[in-house]
Amino acid sequence: MSEYTDARVDTSSRAVERSHLSLPVLLLVALGAVLFQVYVPLFFEFLTFLELPLLVTVYFGLARRQAVSGLLYGAAIGLAQDSLSHQPLGMFGIAKTLVGYSAASLSQRLDADNPMLRLLLGFFFFLFHHFFYWLLTWLLLSQSLGFAFLQTLIAGLMNALVAVPLFHVLDRLRGRN
Amino acid sequence: MEYFFNRYRNLTVLLLVIAAQLVLLAFQIRGEKDMPLIRSWAVTGITPLAKALESLRGGVTGFFSNYVHLVGVEKENERLSVQVDKLKMENQFLRKELATADRAQTLSLFQSRSPSRTVAARIVGTGSGANSRVVFIDRGANHEVAAGMAVITPDGIVGKVRAAYPAASQVVLITDPSFAAGVVTEKHSVPGTLKGRGHGLCLVDHVQNEEKVEAGEWIYTSGDDRVFPRGLPVGQVQVAKSGRMFKELLVLPSGLERGLEEVLVVIEGVHQPLPGTVGAIPNPKLLPPPPPLQGQEEKAAQHSSGGLSTDADRLRERYQRSRESQERSTGETPPGSTPSSPPQGEASSQPAPQRSP
Repeated sequence: MSEYTDARVDTSSRAVERSHLSLPVLLLVALGAVLFQVYVPLFFEFLTFLELPLLVTVYFGLARRQAVSGLLYGAAIGLAQDSLSHQPLGMFGIAKTLVGYSAASLSQRLDADNPMLRLLLGFFFFLFHHFFYWLLTWLLLSQSLGFAFLQTLIAGLMNALVAVPLFHVLDRLRGRN
Repeated sequence: MEYFFNRYRNLTVLLLVIAAQLVLLAFQIRGEKDMPLIRSWAVTGITPLAKALESLRGGVTGFFSNYVHLVGVEKENERLSVQVDKLKMENQFLRKELATADRAQTLSLFQSRSPSRTVAARIVGTGSGANSRVVFIDRGANHEVAAGMAVITPDGIVGKVRAAYPAASQVVLITDPSFAAGVVTEKHSVPGTLKGRGHGLCLVDHVQNEEKVEAGEWIYTSGDDRVFPRGLPVGQVQVAKSGRMFKELLVLPSGLERGLEEVLVVIEGVHQPLPGTVGAIPNPKLLPPPPPLQGQEEKAAQHSSGGLSTDADRLRERYQRSRESQERSTGETPPGSTPSSPPQGEASSQPAPQRSP
């Protein structure tokens, strides 16, 4: 029970690899991502744009390739973020649930190990997450945050650039069978 | 139903999870209630980690500030050392300037209060020779300075002018072996001759062993040498002991104690009284006489009521009583005059006066 296993599809050879990401690693990565977002911007304000919990959710969804696991992982990280924010619980939870589900669903049809694809997915999911969060805030809380499109695009690009090396580091933590 | 669930399992779970969170949101929004327990768990889980991170950051920062930054400390230390040296020199210079200003002010004050006419001069050089105690001052004949004039400071005498040149003068200090001056002690006005000995202490010569001079006593100029006006301080007696012929008195010159930079040359000296000497008081205030003792009160009363005390008085009283009993007058003419002759009848009947024993 302490290991999650998945089947990895190589699009070039269509061979199937088995890989696993241990539960402690999963928890520590999620905790580290949340902690990073809470603590580091105190000293490096320019790192506020970095959405590490989102990137970790995307990675887990892509690596796990199971929609249920992905959405649950996303929901857990989102609720943890909500707990440390001033918003009601569930705002980040719903957004990241959708991200986890979508990433896991996409990974079944795409080669998620490709760095360029990871870059694009990182950018896409940042916009995806940002849009849904904005939508939920508007619909459920009746708060109009204002959608700064250009700023969101730049932040998405920056997060995508961070996503590629981050995913590479997380790949090293994943054991292979 | 089971088929539907298996086929759309992922979507169903997604909807359920989202629905659950929507309910959670609705519960919070509609009821305006928070979920303190969940937030408490999250904060409790995150806070220790944040603290640990903060400690780690503090440690790393401290390490860098304490050790890595030490690389630049050596250079900074050198720079600060140079700066401290520079500031020390500047401080020394300023302190010297301040001391000079104080000394000049004291000199000016002394000059204005001294009855003697003086001219201020600055020491500009010293004489050559190992034992020579000679200095040059920047005032000479052009400033009325002449050979033999006294050179003093507010603290005491310094020396006397040996030679006066147009713009400078040579002054022999009191510590020079060739220097001599008439002095007198403070308490008992014992006269002596001050002589230089070539180093710090001067000798007061020609003081008899019987004279009373104590260590710590001040020595003043006596004015006898006709160079130094009387009453200028010379120094304090450091050693006072009996010698073979004269008392051996060693004096520490007070005029040289604080170093020499500015001096006063006495152009016209005025003698002053010695400090501490008591002269005759013109109208002393005296206490009233003491009251008489108990046994002497009656005698005093008799004396005050005309009581006599000498033989002449008693004789005069006796004559007075005799005259009153015989109704004659005696002693009414002034001394040396011829008494008037009594009447004939009375002269024979009047007894001859008896001499008192």
